[in-house]
Amino acid sequence: MHKQYYKILRWCYFIAMIISYGVFASFYAAAEIVNLTDISPNNISKIRAEQLIYQLKQDCGSCHGLTLKGGLGPALLPINLHDKTDEILVDTILYGRAGTPMPPWNFEISRNEAKWLVKILKNGLDQ
Amino acid sequence: MVFAYIIKTVIRLIFILGILLINACGMPNLRGTGDLGLVIERAIGQVQIIETTNYTSLYKISGLGDLSHASVVYSRDQRYGYIFGRDGGLSKIDMLRGKITKRIIQAGNSIGGAISQDGKLIAVSNYKPGGVKIFDADSLKLILDIKTIYDDNAVEKRSKTVGLTDAPGNKFIFSLYDSGEIWLVDMKDINQPIITKFKDIGDKPYDGLITSDGRYYIAGLFGEDGMAMLDLWNLDAGVTRILDGYGRDDEALPVYKMPHLEGWAQAGNLMFLPAIGHHKVLSIARDTWQVGDSIPVHSQPVFVVSRPDGKYIWVNFAHPDNDVIQIIDVEAKKIIKELRPGKAVLHMEFTPRGEHILISVRDENKVIIYDTQSFEEITNLEMDKPSGIFLTARSAKTGL
Repeated sequence: MHKQYYKILRWCYFIAMIISYGVFASFYAAAEIVNLTDISPNNISKIRAEQLIYQLKQDCGSCHGLTLKGGLGPALLPINLHDKTDEILVDTILYGRAGTPMPPWNFEISRNEAKWLVKILKNGLDQ
Repeated sequence: MVFAYIIKTVIRLIFILGILLINACGMPNLRGTGDLGLVIERAIGQVQIIETTNYTSLYKISGLGDLSHASVVYSRDQRYGYIFGRDGGLSKIDMLRGKITKRIIQAGNSIGGAISQDGKLIAVSNYKPGGVKIFDADSLKLILDIKTIYDDNAVEKRSKTVGLTDAPGNKFIFSLYDSGEIWLVDMKDINQPIITKFKDIGDKPYDGLITSDGRYYIAGLFGEDGMAMLDLWNLDAGVTRILDGYGRDDEALPVYKMPHLEGWAQAGNLMFLPAIGHHKVLSIARDTWQVGDSIPVHSQPVFVVSRPDGKYIWVNFAHPDNDVIQIIDVEAKKIIKELRPGKAVLHMEFTPRGEHILISVRDENKVIIYDTQSFEEITNLEMDKPSGIFLTARSAKTGL
């Protein structure tokens, strides 16, 4: 009799695992979707655009927050940026800001790409 | 007769269902927590509870908010982990049941936390609104709200706080990023907390650490080549400057990731630390506080951690050189090994006795486990963009 209980238990675990894996996988898939369709490409390839968005979230996010709500660095949401000119923001990305921890990124981001990033930031990443 | 048989069968069925139900509810296994740990999956607001005996993942816990910067402390019995999220979330995790026991949002933007020496208090360091909040570790009820108000040209502002750690005597200590101060909070009597403030400690402290014996608190300064040190055995001496001009021989470089001081390596009488804005690891003598040999490394160091026996130091680096790990032999002060685990190595954590090291490699979606003698990969765990790795053995260490 005991053996049978174990067998049932094992099956129960197995099914639970499959279900939880399914749930996890669907969450994962949902998290990966980045909506780039309604942003004009600025002649930036789709692969490069994805790289830049990834970098914006992961690397810029280490100071400005993954959701860009700020951290040691200031928040970069549309409401924080709307009163700043594109030129200042582009230059900040490319050359950093003296007297603050913001470093220059021109060694790996072009002016054209910085302009595109500013456009995305001003529109909001989730738009 | 038939009736009795039916009743018997029904009772058996209820019994089986009961067992299934109990198991489905996640009845804790009879096991210890000494080999457990939490790994942060930063992008999806999830953590995994892992065990380091066979390296398996036991639970996935989601719904933890923004974990883009997150850290963990453990209760003194290692049953509970407290996770501090970027969005001000403070979550108490039951390591055995694999569940969130309590969760609050205590601020808008946070950077980390600490647990008191007696394990009864949890302190959280906040950017927005700037300050430190102290909670009851059991109930997560607010006990003390410390507002880091400072005077910025006659305008009252609240400073971001960094480098919060516990200190012996049920104290907490932290630095004020915007106003350049160190505050020491004595919580021996929770009804009468005593706050001691040390001002003008230097420009933009970005992180702090306490030595493992709980004697010295040191804040790294972003705006200066030097550090601020407070001897907790001798508070009257105030904050003293150490390592002034440690980078004087070369130009300070832009910093692509703030170094973390929590993992400062201590080996014998020497301490090893990342030089901010420089491609080197500094060694300093813990009695004279003089810089000894600095060790040139691959790029800007982020974490500099020593194997528990103090023989080797492991170093990871800032973007874009974060695919490399270098290992320094402490006696020879030389790099003896270089590993390339993959892109975006974010954190390293030794097993309590140091036979293995767990390394999170964000862009590979893996935590890789290495043997610390042979430097061979032992195994790896699948994770979604892993960052911090926190093993329960931290529970017994001051400052972790």
